[in-house]
Amino acid sequence: MRSAVIVFPGSNCDRDMVVALSRATGRAAAMVWHKDAALPAGLDLVALPGGFSFGDYLRCGAIAARSPIMRAVADFAQRGGLVLGVCNGFQILIEAGLLPGALMRNQTLKFVCRDTTLAVETTDSPFTRAYGNRRVISVPVAHHEGAYIADGATLDRLRDEDRIAFRYVDARGEPVAQANPNGAVDNIAGILGANRRVLGMMPHPERAADPALGGADGALLFESLCASLETA
Amino acid sequence: MTIEPDVTQALAAAHGLKPDEYQRILELIGRAPSFTELGIFSAMWNEHCSYKSSKKWLRTLPTTGPQVIQGPGENAGVVDIGDGQAVVFKMESHNHPSYIEPYQGAATGVGGILRDVFTMGARPIAALNALSFGDPAHPRTRALVAGVVAGIGGYGNCFGVPTVGGEVRFHPAYNGNCLVNAFAAGLADADRIFYSAASGVGMPVVYLGAKTGRDGVGGATMASAEFSDDAHEKRPTVQVGDPFTEKRLLEACLELMDSGAVISIQDMGAAGLTCSAVEMGDKGGLGIELDLDAVPCREQAMTAYEMMLSESQERMLMVLRPEREAAARAIFDKWDLDFAVVGHTIAEDRFLVRHGGAVKADLPLKALSGTAPEYDRPWVETPPPAPLGAVPETDPAEALLRLMGAPNFCSRAWVWEQYDHMVMADTVVRPGADAAVVRVHGTAKALAFTADVTPRYCKANPYQGGRQAVAEAYRNLSATGAKPLACTDNLNFGNPERPEIMGQFVRCVRGIGAACAALGMPVVSGNVSLYNETSGEAILPTPTIGAVGLLTSLDQLIPMAPGAGETLVLLGETHGHLGQSALLWELHARAEGDAPPVDLAAERRAGELVRRLRAEDLITAAHDLSDGGLAVAAAEMALAAGTGVALEADPALPAAAWFFGEDQGRYLVACA
Repeated sequence: MRSAVIVFPGSNCDRDMVVALSRATGRAAAMVWHKDAALPAGLDLVALPGGFSFGDYLRCGAIAARSPIMRAVADFAQRGGLVLGVCNGFQILIEAGLLPGALMRNQTLKFVCRDTTLAVETTDSPFTRAYGNRRVISVPVAHHEGAYIADGATLDRLRDEDRIAFRYVDARGEPVAQANPNGAVDNIAGILGANRRVLGMMPHPERAADPALGGADGALLFESLCASLETA
Repeated sequence: MTIEPDVTQALAAAHGLKPDEYQRILELIGRAPSFTELGIFSAMWNEHCSYKSSKKWLRTLPTTGPQVIQGPGENAGVVDIGDGQAVVFKMESHNHPSYIEPYQGAATGVGGILRDVFTMGARPIAALNALSFGDPAHPRTRALVAGVVAGIGGYGNCFGVPTVGGEVRFHPAYNGNCLVNAFAAGLADADRIFYSAASGVGMPVVYLGAKTGRDGVGGATMASAEFSDDAHEKRPTVQVGDPFTEKRLLEACLELMDSGAVISIQDMGAAGLTCSAVEMGDKGGLGIELDLDAVPCREQAMTAYEMMLSESQERMLMVLRPEREAAARAIFDKWDLDFAVVGHTIAEDRFLVRHGGAVKADLPLKALSGTAPEYDRPWVETPPPAPLGAVPETDPAEALLRLMGAPNFCSRAWVWEQYDHMVMADTVVRPGADAAVVRVHGTAKALAFTADVTPRYCKANPYQGGRQAVAEAYRNLSATGAKPLACTDNLNFGNPERPEIMGQFVRCVRGIGAACAALGMPVVSGNVSLYNETSGEAILPTPTIGAVGLLTSLDQLIPMAPGAGETLVLLGETHGHLGQSALLWELHARAEGDAPPVDLAAERRAGELVRRLRAEDLITAAHDLSDGGLAVAAAEMALAAGTGVALEADPALPAAAWFFGEDQGRYLVACA
């Protein structure tokens, strides 16, 4: 799998994403500067990493979404390319109009960094296929603006089209309020685009992709991507 | 043009210069200084920048060892970790600003220490902080805690360094002066360390980073005075942080260093342009001329005085190889940062500052730092504390519950969940354990970090308290399996002009020195914060020790959580020392008795034993004993494991002494 990670000024999980992708794919992920107008040729996946692009000034992701490279990312998504946005990357995908809804300030009004328990709500995507029957996983979050919200019609569509990829749940897999780190509506932690090939999520799978760090549940996401490309 | 005030002794006094110090200036330059020159002297000669009260004693600390690449005197200390790699670290206080404006004060404290580390060519890989606040019931405390924690998180999270540990304490002695001690460590190639000494005549002095504004003018002078009731009026002297700019500055500086263009580099911290320019010249034995018309300014009509004293954040000064100037400029353009040639190195011993076609300062450069006043302040021994009275026997289980629920012992998750402690994806042991452990990226090695001090001990017996702070740091590192390498000291005290405060300082430093020598943990960097007093009330003496240990392989790591059904073994000698104990203070509001004595040889043996037990695969978990003794340590291990624990009493000792005594040099280890 050929992958690239977009680097915005203020991105700070770009290296972590490159490490996780390179480890899963056995091939070094490229780093692409936000001022570039084009993506490298022959890419299978573009990842927008976590961090504080442009300092999260104005609105998280709003300035990054207007970077020159984002036109190329939108075209790439349009053509059916795989796009993964994590944390600030999710915020950027929403600001760029590649995913619906909005990410609001956490209900606690505080930054939150901790492990969360997630339910894999659909395995019908190239990102989640490898989870199979493994429905409840542990992946950390680290954000200040991660409360997903959307209007009723959008939420209905997301549910009807099975596009909610992850929900915050308790150990039994129930989407209870205590399991929700940010006040996201319906405990939504990640959603898919209409063609199921764009995923935005607040939790950081790249931080849970190395057993030495206490968990590797996130690694399955990257393995899913590799597997789906091999079978494609 | 603004009319500059005439310089008088009264104006000098308003700049924090004592009459004899002003006299010294007149003798040095043979005339009255200009307004800008007065500002420069006040910046260079204040306590914060000159260490004039502490230097004599800091010289007594052990600072060398085979592992030390750079000791104190540079932006941060540098220690060899093998394989051509080095860890670069320092701890620094931002106490006064944080009390006045908690969010920005704490945020810029983090920003400053990160800059100290990457100025040396290291990428920051871990941040810690040691925080001391007043009584939780004091009306200011809640706002200070919330603001400081949010400020630390706001800066570190955006910058992208994991904040992996530290300590938070509450004591009424900090009601009028909170302490914010920020530690940062970075990773560099041992043969690619950058220093501040300029070299070569006629080399361009380049200004990099954010623009200069009026924020922080006089900040270092403010931080060198005690507070009265009008502390809040000093709010405009606190700088405002911009972590986004700092992140770009980090990336641009590391790129520039890679390009080979950098001769020397110095960050603009306290006293901004003044301190950084003088330091580069002084260390390199050169003069510096500056043209302030070239300085990128954020505000209009800034005077030379304001530019020289501004503490605007996220700025660097470099001396560059002239032939690489264009390449260097391109890197800064890429990161949308300012880049301006603001002066040159000169052969004469001269600090020449021009602005608007006029000479604003013309001073002998060496004398600015070299002849800064140095005091041998009078000091007295700390009187022995009140003797330990009878300690009431309480049910140990109930006492433990009360202790674990006290603000000084309860879970700190509320604090560290606001810090991104996992960014960079190398955090092996997260906050809440003995020491945080961060993997050296791309290797199987790891570094352990801790920050420790027990101010109650230092107040009762400064010498033992100083020793204990180092010993506890040594123990915390050892409990993770790491071999302690070196430390940084952040010495927080009251007004040194009071002999009893100076006595605390002298004896704490002596204790730290003795322990560092005995434990093989030299002091490679540090910071002194004095005048932590409000209306004559000083803080507890708080010499925070930040320490770094090395795990040459993650296989050596010792977890804190034992498995269910395992046996806990207590290593070390228990005599049941209850003087100055947490039990006495938290449950009975009594600070009595002597601080626990530290047997440094036993401390070293115990640490080496723990590492050996791990190497021989004889233990599954370890935790050090400190505040709260055996009962608290066992409870913390059980909490980490999610298990219960059954402890046996020792018939030879009263229950309180056995379970809550704070004898030093002890560990709990778990055996399967």
